[in-house]
Amino acid sequence: MPAKVITITSGKGGVGKTTATANLGAALALQGKKVVCVDGDIGLRNLDVVLGLENRIVYDLVDIVEGRCRLRQAMIRDKRLPELYLIPSAQTRDKSAVSPSDMVRLCEELRPELDFILIDSPAGIERGFRNAIAPADQILVVTNPEVSAVRDADRIIGIIEAEEKGPPRLIINRIKPNMVKRGDMLSADDVIELLAIELIGLIPEDEEVITSTNRGTPIAMDNKSRSGQAFRNIAQRLNGHQIPFLSLDQDTSLFGRLGRIIRQGGN
Amino acid sequence: MSGFFDRLLSRDKKSADQAKERMKLVLIHDRTDFSHASLEKLKDELIGVISRHVDIDPGAVRIDMTQDGRQQRLIADIPLKAVRRRRLG
Repeated sequence: MPAKVITITSGKGGVGKTTATANLGAALALQGKKVVCVDGDIGLRNLDVVLGLENRIVYDLVDIVEGRCRLRQAMIRDKRLPELYLIPSAQTRDKSAVSPSDMVRLCEELRPELDFILIDSPAGIERGFRNAIAPADQILVVTNPEVSAVRDADRIIGIIEAEEKGPPRLIINRIKPNMVKRGDMLSADDVIELLAIELIGLIPEDEEVITSTNRGTPIAMDNKSRSGQAFRNIAQRLNGHQIPFLSLDQDTSLFGRLGRIIRQGGN
Repeated sequence: MSGFFDRLLSRDKKSADQAKERMKLVLIHDRTDFSHASLEKLKDELIGVISRHVDIDPGAVRIDMTQDGRQQRLIADIPLKAVRRRRLG
């Protein structure tokens, strides 16, 4: 079956699009899928460092579009996983180097050989975003439980619907369960009610995302990590499986953790 | 003075609830490009038109924007005044 094209976008920058793309790519590859992650952020390349593949770049997205290399030559294979590839973006060019129809053509060429094509969209609502959503079969909107991120997510959802690319599905990233419990952070339910689109993933705030990104190893490859589990669950849902959402009300304070250890010991 | 009471009341209100209430209004206006000021203007014009046909109490008219999924609705509540009938002979 030809690949599904999934674009990850957000409106606001810094909410975790690139982290989500890298982790969904890794999680899908762990589940035996053939995946390519495409960095759609021309001039602000980052998916390569998040995946830990920055030292292996020879050709990039603009080289493919402008015919300086074959598609295969620009696909960097992640050796830690069976079938995960990266097409890096160009660092020294700007968004106008690629058009929406270039992206559609690229994806048509990639489709027959793969299961999933994940496109990491740049922030904003300009050319780079338009390029990223043009070939999409499905769009995932990443947001944080904060007013500015939610507002921008709503704006982007409106544009996606106007372009008849919708309805997108929602990933709520960086939830702090303790703050939600105190009433000091919008809950997942609040965000879903405000944005009124279907949820596909809840990711708890996790310091290990930073440490794993420092190492260039997506957290989804860590079996013990809860946020890694959350990304693996989204990957399952993308494959059509019904997976219950993680309960995030687990107490992550020292006492909460001690309590859990003690209770587990008692079982 | 009312500012003082507002502060007193909002101190007890959780910040997440405040965020949600504020976002509800912001999103409705973002989605429709219809501002609070234009809503007030619409209300005045509506009162004018309706008053020409039927007796209403302008102070009791309420017009609100509400969210229903990703659809916005304009809800108008316009109570009519009871007619004072002349007592017959």
